[in-house]
Amino acid sequence: MNTHASAASATEVVQQGLDKRYSAESRFKIYGILGISIAMVFLFILMFSILSTGIPAFSKSKILLPFYMDPEVINVEDLADPAAARKINLRKIVNDSKAAFFGATERADKRQLEEVVSTLAQLEVLEHIRANPEDVGQTVELWVTADDEAGRWYKGEVDETLPENRRPLNDQQIEWLKRLTAEERVKTTFNDTFFQGGDSRNPEQAGILAALKGSFLTLIVTLGLSFPVGVAAAVYLEEFAPKNRFTDLVEVNINNLAAVPSIIFGLLGLAVFLNIFGMPRSAPVVGGLVLTLMTLPTIIISSRAALRAVPPSIKDAALGLGASPMQTVFHHVVPLALPGMLTGTIIGLAQALGETAPLLMIGMVAFIVDVPQGFTDASSVLPVQIYLWSDSAERAFVEKTSGGIIVLLMFLIAMNAMAVLLRKKFERRW
Amino acid sequence: MTEATMTNEVVEKTGVDRKVPDQTVGNVYVDEPRMTSRAVDVYYGDKQAIDGVTLDIGAQEVISFIGPSGCGKSTFLRCLNRMNDTIDICRVTGEIALDGQNIYDPSIDVVPLRARVGMVFQKPNPFPKSIYDNIAYGPRIHGLATDKVDLDNIVEESLTKAGLWEEVKDRLEQPGTGLSGGQQQRLCIARAMAVSPEVILMDEPCSALDPIATAKVEELIHELREQYTIVIVTHSMQQAARVSNRTAYFHLGKLVEVGETKQIFTNPTHELTQDYITGRFG
Ligand SMILES: Nc1ncnc2c1ncn2[C@@H]1O[C@H](COP(=O)(O)OP(=O)(O)O)[C@@H](O)[C@H]1O
Ligand SMILES: [Mg+2]
Repeated sequence: MNTHASAASATEVVQQGLDKRYSAESRFKIYGILGISIAMVFLFILMFSILSTGIPAFSKSKILLPFYMDPEVINVEDLADPAAARKINLRKIVNDSKAAFFGATERADKRQLEEVVSTLAQLEVLEHIRANPEDVGQTVELWVTADDEAGRWYKGEVDETLPENRRPLNDQQIEWLKRLTAEERVKTTFNDTFFQGGDSRNPEQAGILAALKGSFLTLIVTLGLSFPVGVAAAVYLEEFAPKNRFTDLVEVNINNLAAVPSIIFGLLGLAVFLNIFGMPRSAPVVGGLVLTLMTLPTIIISSRAALRAVPPSIKDAALGLGASPMQTVFHHVVPLALPGMLTGTIIGLAQALGETAPLLMIGMVAFIVDVPQGFTDASSVLPVQIYLWSDSAERAFVEKTSGGIIVLLMFLIAMNAMAVLLRKKFERRW
Repeated sequence: MTEATMTNEVVEKTGVDRKVPDQTVGNVYVDEPRMTSRAVDVYYGDKQAIDGVTLDIGAQEVISFIGPSGCGKSTFLRCLNRMNDTIDICRVTGEIALDGQNIYDPSIDVVPLRARVGMVFQKPNPFPKSIYDNIAYGPRIHGLATDKVDLDNIVEESLTKAGLWEEVKDRLEQPGTGLSGGQQQRLCIARAMAVSPEVILMDEPCSALDPIATAKVEELIHELREQYTIVIVTHSMQQAARVSNRTAYFHLGKLVEVGETKQIFTNPTHELTQDYITGRFG
């Protein structure tokens, strides 16, 4: 009887406490949801601002103009030979043709036309005439790239309400641009130049490819060095090294290295790789070496954690069958730890991809026009390029900056997707 | 449980102060020993876990180690194939011989030793690989199979001996970890047998299994006694009684009594053994 009564009261006590427990739980859930919402809002704002300013970087305006291929300027024989063709005075062809089209006779008017047609037009004309030498002496209608300011006007980014002296285009220029629109001589196309070239002083000619390839080459070096070295170090320290003062010291030092500011690694690279070993400046190979030093601690620490997470029973099973320690590690422990090691590597590489400071130290901040062809060519990397553009005066570089950020994010997403795929491949859920 | 509380408990429950003997009761020697252990001490750091164990393990016998938990059964078992080497702080002194050869001799390589003295663990621990690869792993690393057909035969033979062949022959490529607990443990036994060991050590092989799976494993042990020397640690006295022909009772790191299983369970000599058998502590 007694036990019965106390049991009933116990249920009541539990019931009373229950409300409190549930409300604590729902409060906690609300905090969680709140936290996630705030994070999502900021992420959304970030993505929105980057995309809205960056997307225009992927398109460009082209205008249709008649060009008179003056036979006095263009020598047909020169067209076959690239070196000679480059010497043709295309500037005169383009300037004369556009002056004629817009009826600009004054010197001042002609100069104003520079904000309408890009200097890229010269290359586009050359390309056409080399492909069609029979057009020499004729007047041909060609689609050529608009100047960056004209492009911004066509994209609606120029505020016309500003007084004339405070906007990049004056009334005369806007008049010309409107005339082109009225005559349907304007179109918007995919900005292939952005993905084809290197940096340029002219925004409409500036491309991301050199920096993209620079980043790619640098990361290849980083991956190729830091993954095998990091994994080997982790496997040795975790599975083979004797536990003594010395290995403790090594462990403490590795942990400390992970916290060293990255610019220090840049200084180290400058002192050792450039000054002592005399390696080339601004080269992806040196950048890769510096970033390897930076990512190694991350990879070693996460690889050791992955190795430690392998159940000891699997090791016992292998050793109990007579597998040598080496066989045990490489047949069983490492394969099971590989997904974790890959995750650590990708985190390290993602950090390396976004790193600027150490690369400035070894000269990867240079103005790079040519796409690097190898590991020793001077090159830049995406974050440095973005930084350089964000620092430029021309308004059109703003969209290049955001465009560069989008490319960087895409690179990152591609890298992470690859990591997920690799992990899926190596992961054994069973 | 510390040594002090353990002794106190004995006193409390039995009312008599019973000392762990310095000398093992019963005949520790056999005529044709496969393994012999002489005055073996094991230390974990400063702490002694096994104290002066002398015991013969005969060929073609099943010997079970029983005793309260923490008394050192697993520790002693793991000395027999030097699995204790993997524990940094563990130190073994004395002599353990397999077929007359001291296995702790510096010239002895543990790799072939562990191929001759196989081990089955408390928790089934198949590799996260296919059933086939689980069995084939041992023969592969030791180069026991000349070709694929040979390897197939070893796999089939081992699984058949473990009584698992009929259950898994159609799904050899499926993960070993997908089997039930009992099947996994029999897979581990088959895996140990695939390298043709002389001795198989089993550390509480049924403690993670249900009664039906346990019965199957016991049946298997019964069949295997024809070909192998089996040392089994168990906390179930019924199991020891069912599968073994000799039984050794450990207490606080010492081997208290050893004898024919029937004798140990019906007529134990030492009081500690009596107390344990009759369930007064354990
Ligand atoms: N790896 C280890 N490190 C330190 N002490 C251990 C280790 N393994 C076992 N011991 C100690 O050795 C004694 C015997 O343990 P064990 O052989 O596992 O007992 P049993 O298997 O009989 O339950 C226990 O007191 C235990 O605490
Ligand atoms: Mg045990």
